[in-house]
Amino acid sequence: MIKVRELSFKVGEKKLLDGLSFDAHKGELLAILGANGAGKSTLMKLLCREIRPSAGTITIQGKALADYRLEDLAKTRAVLSQHNTLSVSFQVNELVLMGRYPHFKQKPTEDDFRIVREAMEETGISHLASRDYNTLSGGEQQRVQLARVIAQIYDSPDACLFLDEPTNGLDLLYQQQIMELARKLADRGYCVVCILHDINFASRFADRIMMLKQGKKVAEGLPIEVINCENIHETFSIKVKLMECEGYNCPLVVPATILK
Amino acid sequence: MIKKTGYILLCLTIVLILTMVISSCVGAVPISFSELMSIIAYHTGLSGQQNFESQQAAVFLNLRLPRVILGVLIGAALGISGAAIQGLFRNPLAEPGLIGISSGATLFAVVMIVLETKIFKELTGVLGFYALSIAAFIGAGLTTMLVYRIAMRNGKTIITTLLLGGIAINAMAGAFTGLLTYMATDAQLRNITFWSLGSLGGASWPTVTALLPFVLIPVIGLPFLAKSLNALALGEAQAMHMGINVKVVKRLVICLATMAVGASVAVAGMIAFIGLIIPHILRMTFTADHRLVVPGSALLGAALLTLADLIARTVVAPAELPIGILTAMIGAPVFIYIIITERNKTNL
Repeated sequence: MIKVRELSFKVGEKKLLDGLSFDAHKGELLAILGANGAGKSTLMKLLCREIRPSAGTITIQGKALADYRLEDLAKTRAVLSQHNTLSVSFQVNELVLMGRYPHFKQKPTEDDFRIVREAMEETGISHLASRDYNTLSGGEQQRVQLARVIAQIYDSPDACLFLDEPTNGLDLLYQQQIMELARKLADRGYCVVCILHDINFASRFADRIMMLKQGKKVAEGLPIEVINCENIHETFSIKVKLMECEGYNCPLVVPATILK
Repeated sequence: MIKKTGYILLCLTIVLILTMVISSCVGAVPISFSELMSIIAYHTGLSGQQNFESQQAAVFLNLRLPRVILGVLIGAALGISGAAIQGLFRNPLAEPGLIGISSGATLFAVVMIVLETKIFKELTGVLGFYALSIAAFIGAGLTTMLVYRIAMRNGKTIITTLLLGGIAINAMAGAFTGLLTYMATDAQLRNITFWSLGSLGGASWPTVTALLPFVLIPVIGLPFLAKSLNALALGEAQAMHMGINVKVVKRLVICLATMAVGASVAVAGMIAFIGLIIPHILRMTFTADHRLVVPGSALLGAALLTLADLIARTVVAPAELPIGILTAMIGAPVFIYIIITERNKTNL
């Protein structure tokens, strides 16, 4: 679905990404972990075509990313960015309808309105439909944005979904809701690529995990394969303890020592 | 949502037509509504009856009608360009006058008048009435690009930088305009004063036809960009993710909006605050959706400026108040109100 080969991105002499290769498949949730400055955001920007790579290729559905027309790309992948501030405030349903913009020229069709309704139902924000976006709480805003993003690829079952730290700044309940939604979308057949900070969240919800450090891959594989003390120490420079937990197929990660 | 938009736009159109009718009737030579209808019917060949005095017809056709149309065109131009520029800069306070675009246009227009350069004379030879509009358009375009460069960083406008940039450009353009005023002859001086105050007093059929394309193209073109402006409200990257070619949209908006501002400055001088108040009223009362705000600003701007011009030419009759003074008197308090509400909302 997504093929990344020998991807590099340089700013001046500094390599933010260095020969990164990986695949992401249909119906899979791939979590990307890494410390600040590991190149996660750069990778996300490259995947979204916000910036062009210095070297290497990205292919989505067998077609080089650079060859897509913007309109077609918008129907092939949707992106939930980290910062979503509105310059002027919109009603929630107007904002979710924006997700349908790639699909209609001037007038939305009945189909577009139906998809907007269904996307809002799915993210549990139907009751907010006529509220002003700027008056919502952070968690509600994030779900509205997610509804917009889902609406964008609702009728393209082979599409990709890029989530850039979708749980940032949210409380535990909202974090879990967002991740459950992401999981559901992957189960439905989307290819979901998600940057996360929380290792336990990643191992709980993701099919596969990739760990980055200084633009290079540390490890990639099933959570049970990659979540171990060495990899985490290598990626985050911290010492952790692993705890087996009943009902989970992957050990939980807790800090081993408290730093003084 | 769409149905509501259409309904609101229809109402605004009716309001505009009403103000045009009222503005056509009121003045030094009063014309009643039935007389007005009779004049129109007679001159369009619908009726052979002449239920009006010939003086009324002459006043209406040669003075009042071009003036009303000029007001409509300039109001529409200022309203729609204000809405578009606010969308582009992602900031409800960005107004062509405030951020220096109008003064850039003024400067170029004044340069053209005072220096009476050879190029300008040749331009006038080729382009006639359009020359001044084109000069102002270029001035407006250049300043917009400059302000955009100054205020944009990582796809975001920094409000303070934008406004400070506007102050700087206004000061610079003001200084050069002042220098040219100092150099100007008496006749040129009158022309320049007219610019700095803003007036529709120069209305005539040639000015109307000179202005028409510069207003018509943006008024028809900008509503097609409304969807993109909505997406841009989310952020440049987000708009790109939704398949919008942000670069092209930006260029089109700048081009169309400055075309409207430039030409209206060339014809009527600086008329402040219309571009700020009109979109704001629409956003406050209805929605921030650009599919309403952009075309709605053209209609409401046209209606409001026609009304303001009616007041400007009747309130101190037989003399006439420059309309720029009037819009500033009404606009500045509204501006203060907007600043206060914005402050309360964003806790800046």
